[in-house]
Amino acid sequence: MNKMIKEYKKLWIGLVVLIILSPLGIIIPAKFNAGSAWGEWGSDEIKSMIGFVPKGMKKLETIWSAKIPGYNFPGFNGWALSGLGYILSAIIGTFIIIFLCYLIGKILYSEASSGQVLKESKEDNS
Amino acid sequence: MHIPDGYLSPQTYGPLFAIMIPVWGIASRFVKKTLKASQVPLLAIGSAFSFIIMMFNIPIPGGTTGHAVGGVLVAVLLGPWTAVIVISVALIVQAFLFGDGGITAIGANCFNMAFVMPFVGYFIYRIISKNADPLSRRHWIGASVGGYIALNIAALLTSVELGLQPLIAQTASGQPLYAPFPLKIAVPAIMIEHLFLFGFVEAVATGLVVAYLQKTDNLLSKNFERIKLFV
Repeated sequence: MNKMIKEYKKLWIGLVVLIILSPLGIIIPAKFNAGSAWGEWGSDEIKSMIGFVPKGMKKLETIWSAKIPGYNFPGFNGWALSGLGYILSAIIGTFIIIFLCYLIGKILYSEASSGQVLKESKEDNS
Repeated sequence: MHIPDGYLSPQTYGPLFAIMIPVWGIASRFVKKTLKASQVPLLAIGSAFSFIIMMFNIPIPGGTTGHAVGGVLVAVLLGPWTAVIVISVALIVQAFLFGDGGITAIGANCFNMAFVMPFVGYFIYRIISKNADPLSRRHWIGASVGGYIALNIAALLTSVELGLQPLIAQTASGQPLYAPFPLKIAVPAIMIEHLFLFGFVEAVATGLVVAYLQKTDNLLSKNFERIKLFV
């Protein structure tokens, strides 16, 4: 594990720097008075744009409720707290991603190594 | 570019899931073949990088926001099939945990950003950097151009998927059931901002990291021979 961290040390440091800077991703848009991405509006915004919420959209949009919607924790208001919430989201997301990638690696390479053993034993027989 | 739940009809998100399932299968086989077990940290780093880079929203003053994806950078460094897995993991975490992109739209969002984007960008990079020395500037230039074009292709796919919805699904009275804007609104709205701003953000981010890794680290040259195996 230590070796894995050492070998890619620069890249890990780069990630940490990006996480610390991540609140710029909400502060700068707020400064420039910019809102959602095009086509990523909530149903309130849709309603104010076209006067109604499409029926299928109304049904589907509540299919899942994310634990940390929009990378912000409920009650983390104001730019300092929402910035902190954003950093925490980045950290939590990063840890889950690292965990999932190691899980994928584990699944893939345990299969790979058992395949390897099989091949080698075949070679031994011949 | 993260399509939320409710914007795509089942007739759209279903087939896109159906395309992505075999793509994920093939991609994991390629990862297993080309990446050593000791290189698994690169999967995590690539995925986390893409996840975090997408948090850097860039504003259009008084308008919308957008962001880079990092899909081409990951494809250049780890190969396009590995990029499929790595970007998909980031998009799936974004959807489930942060509600960024819908659950029903995971197939669509992965198709646009985790499949088409890394492959388009990677092939452009390969054409421009063909036979170039590992330290040649053709690598970062190729990666930048690939990033610009690939982000725009992904944006175009997103805008077409959204713009088709009023044609695909309507009520008896002709009201749209899902994303309400037709192609002639959705495509220009999304494409103008990506062609003029977000594409360049992707290009600069991709080019800077590739150039930095070329100069300070031998990661690119280390991976150089291996990546050739991917195509």
